[in-house]
Parts: sequence; structure tokens; C-alpha cells
Amino acid sequence: MLLAILVGLAAALGALARYLLDQFVGTRWESAFPWGTWVINVSGSFILGLITGLAVHHGLNAHVVSVLGTGVCGGYTTFSTFNFETIRLTEDGSLAGSLGNIAGSIASGLLAGAAGLGLALLI
Amino acid sequence: MLGAVAAGGFLGGEARYLLGLAFPTAHGAFPATIFAINISGSFILALLLVLILEVWPPTKYLRPLLATGFCGAYTTFSTWMVDTDRLISAGRYGLAAANVLGSLLAGLAATTLGLACGRALVAYRRRRAEGPLIPAQQPDPSESEALR
Repeated sequence: MLLAILVGLAAALGALARYLLDQFVGTRWESAFPWGTWVINVSGSFILGLITGLAVHHGLNAHVVSVLGTGVCGGYTTFSTFNFETIRLTEDGSLAGSLGNIAGSIASGLLAGAAGLGLALLI
Repeated sequence: MLGAVAAGGFLGGEARYLLGLAFPTAHGAFPATIFAINISGSFILALLLVLILEVWPPTKYLRPLLATGFCGAYTTFSTWMVDTDRLISAGRYGLAAANVLGSLLAGLAATTLGLACGRALVAYRRRRAEGPLIPAQQPDPSESEALR
């Protein structure tokens, strides 16, 4: 029960960080390409990779993994916005931007996650 | 505004956590629960954004609460990536590819479907709202006279 509440609070923190960072990136780099979501999803994949690696290789407590991984990283990163922005790019006539968002987000997200998992091995 | 994002984020994260507890998937297997969460969340987000922007009366807090907060936190990109990385490192390349491509295609399809449902509703409401503007066929008095 307490853990479920902590996971929810952690997800709220992650969502807040996403909202603020997306606004920050959006005002700094005005662009049709959704850089904000990209930065969020790639950085979140790295952090979740690191947390998962610490759990697998260093026995990080499962409750800590739930709060930081499921809660913070899950609330911080978003799949629905990634899809919505991809479709919107297509509808706005930027098929290249849409394909770039798909390939760029997935390639860098997979690499970032692997880098986090790998870093946990080195620690 | 921040409170709305946080409240939505709490509920979305909580829903994802509880669904994960209710339907756990084994390590090395296809992450079906996260797949279902991500696809349903993509449909809900697309539908909600049409409703928020074009159907419901304009409000300040619905979008941060439901879209940014709830749908954003309910769905997760990082778990999709790290699950795939772990399937690759376990040598389960087929499942890894299925997870990447399956989620991507289903997510895009769900988003398109959500938008289409929302826009169909918008079109339906517009037709209904505009209905009375089209001059209704007045019964011809002489005709009704004749009918009597």
C-alpha cells in the first residue's frame, strides 16, 4: 500500500519534470521537431537502464526499483506523446520529420538504455 | 497547472503500476502488459486531445491533467526501450524486434484511430449543430390544405 503510493508520487514527480523540461526545451529551441520529448525519452531510457542494471548486477532493492524505475522513469518518459507527435508531423506534411522522429527516438533510446545497463556493469 | 500535471501523473503512474502487478510478465518473455498499456494510452491521448481542443468547452487544466499528466505517465517509453535491450542481451532477437516494431506500428495505428474517432465525433456534432441552420422544408400550406 505504502509502496503503491510512493510509486504514484514518484510518477507525479516524473510527469512534472517532463512538463517543465518540455517547456524549457520548447522555448529554447523553437522547432517543428519534438526535441523536448526526444530529450526526455532518451535521458529516461538511460536512467531506467542504469537502475535496471543496478538491480540485476548489484541487487538494488526491488522497492527502490519500483519507485525510481516504474515511478519516476515511467512517469517521466512517454510513449503516447511520441506517437501523437509522430502522426502530427506526418499530417503537417513532414514525412521526413516523422520518420526521423521514429528512427531517431528508437535508435537513441535503445542505445541510451544499453548504455545505462552497461554503466551498471562497470560500477 | 503544475498541480494538474502532478495529479494526472500520480493517477497514470499508479494505473500502470497496478496493471503491472495484476498482469506480471516473465523476464525474457514478450512484455505484453506494457504493450497493452502503451497502445491503449496512445489511443486515449489522441482521442482526448481532439475532445479537449475541439469538443469540450475550453479549460485551462484538462490538458495538463489528462493529456500531459495522466496519459504521459500511464504510457512509458523507457520501459519499452530497456525491455527491448534486455531481450537483445538475452539473445531473444525475434521478441526484441517484435517488441520494437509491434509497439511502434500498433502505437501509430492506435493514435490514428483515436484521432479518427475524435474527428468523427466533431463532424457529427457539427452536422447536428448546423442542422437547424439549413432551412427546414416548410410544409406547403396549399398542399396541407389539399391533404385535408
